[in-house]
Amino acid sequence: MAEVSAGRTGSSAAPRAVAEEKRLNMVQALNEALADEMARDETVLVMGEDVGPDGGVFRVTEGLIERFGNKRVLDTPLAESGIVGSAIGLCVGGFRPVCEIQFMGFIYPCLNQLCSHAARLRNRSRGTFAVPMVVRMPYGGGIRPPEHHSESYEAMLANTPGLKVVIPSDPYEAKGLLIASIRDDDPVVFLEPKRIYRAFRQAVPTAPYEIPLGEARVAREGSDVTVIAYGAMLQVALASAKKAEAEGISVEVVDLRCIVPLDVQTFVDSVVKTGRAVVLHEGPRTCGVGAEVAAAIGENALLSLLAPVERVTGFDTVFPGALLETHYLPHEERVLAAIRRTIDY
Amino acid sequence: MPITDVYSATTRRIEILDKDGKVDEALLPSELDDATLQRALELMMRMRAFDEKALTMQRQGRIGTYGSMRGQEAAQAGLALAIEPDDWLVPSIREQGVLEACGVPMRHWFGFCKGDERMAVFPGVNALTPSIPVGSQLLHAAGIGMALELRGEATAAIGFAGDGATSEGDFHEALNFAGVFNARTLFFIQNNGWAISVPITQQTRSATIAQKAHAYGIEGVQVDGNDVLASYVASRDALRKVRAGEGPVLIEAVTYRMESHTTADDHTRYRSADEVAYWAERDPIKRMRAYLEGRGLWDETRHEATLKKLGDDVEAEVARLEDNAPPPPTDIFDHMYSAMPETLRAQRQALLDEIAVRGGNGANHG
Ligand SMILES: Cc1ncc(C[n+]2csc(CCOP(=O)(O)OP(=O)(O)O)c2C)c(N)n1
Ligand SMILES: [Mg+2]
Repeated sequence: MAEVSAGRTGSSAAPRAVAEEKRLNMVQALNEALADEMARDETVLVMGEDVGPDGGVFRVTEGLIERFGNKRVLDTPLAESGIVGSAIGLCVGGFRPVCEIQFMGFIYPCLNQLCSHAARLRNRSRGTFAVPMVVRMPYGGGIRPPEHHSESYEAMLANTPGLKVVIPSDPYEAKGLLIASIRDDDPVVFLEPKRIYRAFRQAVPTAPYEIPLGEARVAREGSDVTVIAYGAMLQVALASAKKAEAEGISVEVVDLRCIVPLDVQTFVDSVVKTGRAVVLHEGPRTCGVGAEVAAAIGENALLSLLAPVERVTGFDTVFPGALLETHYLPHEERVLAAIRRTIDY
Repeated sequence: MPITDVYSATTRRIEILDKDGKVDEALLPSELDDATLQRALELMMRMRAFDEKALTMQRQGRIGTYGSMRGQEAAQAGLALAIEPDDWLVPSIREQGVLEACGVPMRHWFGFCKGDERMAVFPGVNALTPSIPVGSQLLHAAGIGMALELRGEATAAIGFAGDGATSEGDFHEALNFAGVFNARTLFFIQNNGWAISVPITQQTRSATIAQKAHAYGIEGVQVDGNDVLASYVASRDALRKVRAGEGPVLIEAVTYRMESHTTADDHTRYRSADEVAYWAERDPIKRMRAYLEGRGLWDETRHEATLKKLGDDVEAEVARLEDNAPPPPTDIFDHMYSAMPETLRAQRQALLDEIAVRGGNGANHG
C-alpha cells in the first residue's frame, strides 16, 4: 500500500512521491476514501439517512450501495439517536461504522449517544470495549440554506472528552484524514466543510494514504504574523494572506486539521517565529476554538508576542438566514483588518 | 396461570371520495353545504397555485430552497375546514397549505423560504414558527395541549409531521406525554410515502402509522389523504374530542409527495415514474372537481374564473413580498436575548463599524 508523506508544507504544487493521482473535488475524495476503506476492511459499514440509492444529500456516499450492497450500506430510518446509538452496538458487535448525520444542525438528537456513550465506553469499561466509529457531517455556512443547515459547533464537541474532532480543509486533506479516522480505534467526529465540497479540484493520490490525527500543518510560510484556521476558513486565511502580501505583510498560515487532538506545538512554533497571531473560525466566539488556541499561545509563547492574539470568528448569535449570511461569515477583509491590527499594535 | 390476551386493537381507515370522484353518500357529512364543498375545492386550488408560483420563483432565484406540497392539498384543506380560529398550529416545513387556509398570507412562507427571518412569524393565527429539526415540534404541540388541558380551554393544539418524523424519538415522547397528561393535542401526520429518498416501507415495519398511537393509549385513525372529505371528517371528529379534553388523537393522512423533497433534491434518483403516475391518477383536486361537476356545483367557466382570481391573488402577494426592504444587518443580533449582553453589543458594534469603513449601506460584500 503506497503511503505518501503527510507533512505537506508550502504550496500545493510541492512535488509528492506518488505514482498516480486524480484531480478530485472534496466530495469525490471523501467518496474514494469510503470506498477504499470498505474494500480493504469488510467490517467498515456506512450508515445514515439517504446514504443508499440517493448517495447522501451531498452525494458523498454515491455508488457505495451499488458496489457493496445493503448489508454494508445501511439506509436508516430518520433518527440520529438511532444511527449513533445502534452504531455503538455495531462497534461492540465487531463492526466499524461510518455514520452520516445529514447536517451538523441535526446532531442534537444523537448527542446523548455520542457524549454519554460513544465518548465514554472505553473509559467506563476500563478498555474492554472500544467505539471505532466515525460520525461524518457537513458543517458550516456559505450555501444560503434554511435554518439549521449552517452550524459550526465544533467547540461543543471538542469540549466533550473522549471524542476526536477532525476538520479537513481541501480534497487531499479530506481523503487522508478520513482514512485515518476510519482506522482510528476511538470515536471520531469528522466535520466536512460543505461550502468547499465542490469548490475546487486538487491532485489526490489514487492509493489510500493516512494523514495522522493530531498533526497540524503549515499551509503557507511567512514571517510577520501567523493565521491559524481550519476547514472552510483555511481558504479565507490563504486568500487574506495573499492580499496582505501585496501590502508587504508576510503571513504564515497554520491548518489545525484536528481540534482534538490539538497540535499545540506547530502553531506555537509558528507564533514564536512571527510574534503575532490571528485565530480564525466561523463558529461562535465565546468559548470557541479561538479561545483555546489563544490560551495555548499565552501559556507557551507569551514573551514572543508583539501584539495581543486576535480572534476573527462567527458572532455569538444564531447563524442568520440567507439574506444576512455574508455579514456573519468571516471574510477576507475582516481577517485582513485583524492582521493589520497585529502589525500596527 | 392462564395465558390471556391483554391488549389488541384495530386501526380504521376512512375513505369517502374515490379517485374517480364518486362519493359514499352514507359517509358524506350533512353539514357540508354546497358552498362549503366548493370552498374545499377552491382551498386546494389556491394551495396549488401558490405552490406552483413558489417553484417558479425558486428557479428564478427569487426565493431559496422550497419544499413543494403538491399532492397533499386534500389532507391539509380537509383539516383546515375543521380548524377553529383559536386552535394552535405547530407546523413543520410542508404545512404552507393549511396555514394559508387559516389566513396566513403566503408572502410569509415565501419570505421564510427567502431566508428573511422576520417572515417566519405568522400573523392572525395561533401558530408557532416552522420547525426544521424533524419531529421536534410534536413535543411543543403536546406541551401546548397540556397547557390547554391545565386551563380547561376548549381549544386544540395541532402538531404536524411527516412519515419520516415518526422514526425520531421525539415523536414517541410526544405521544406518550400527550397520553399521560391528557393533552388537548391532535397529531396530524402526513404520510406522503417518502422521507427524502427513504420509502415508508423502509422507515418502519408497522403496517400503518395510525397504529403507533395505540401503543401510547391514544386514538389513531388513518384516512385517504387525497380525499378532502375523509380528511375533513376525521379532523372534525378528532378535534371535537381533543377540544373536549377526551384525549389526544393521531390522524395518519396517507398521501403522496408529487415533487422532489425540496428544490435541492432530485426524486428521479430513487423512485419510479410509474409510481408518480399512479398517484397522479389519484390527484386530490381532480377527484373533487369531478365530484362537484357531477353534482352541478362546478363547471369549466367557474374553473377558469377561479384560476384567474387565484392568479391575481398570487401575483398581489408576491408583489407585497418583493416590496419588503431587506432586513438590516443588526437583525442578526437584536432578537437573541430580552436584554443584550455586553459582549454581544460589542460584536454588533464591530459589524456596524466594519460596514461603515467599507462604505455604502451595509449591502452584502462579494
Ligand atoms: C433531525 C433532522 N434530521 C434530518 C433532517 C433533514 N431532513 C429534512 S426533511 C427530511 C425528511 C422528512 O421526511 P418526512 O418526515 O416524511 O416529511 P416530508 O419531508 O415527507 O414532508 C429530512 C431527513 C432534519 N431536518 N432534521
Ligand atoms: Mg414524508
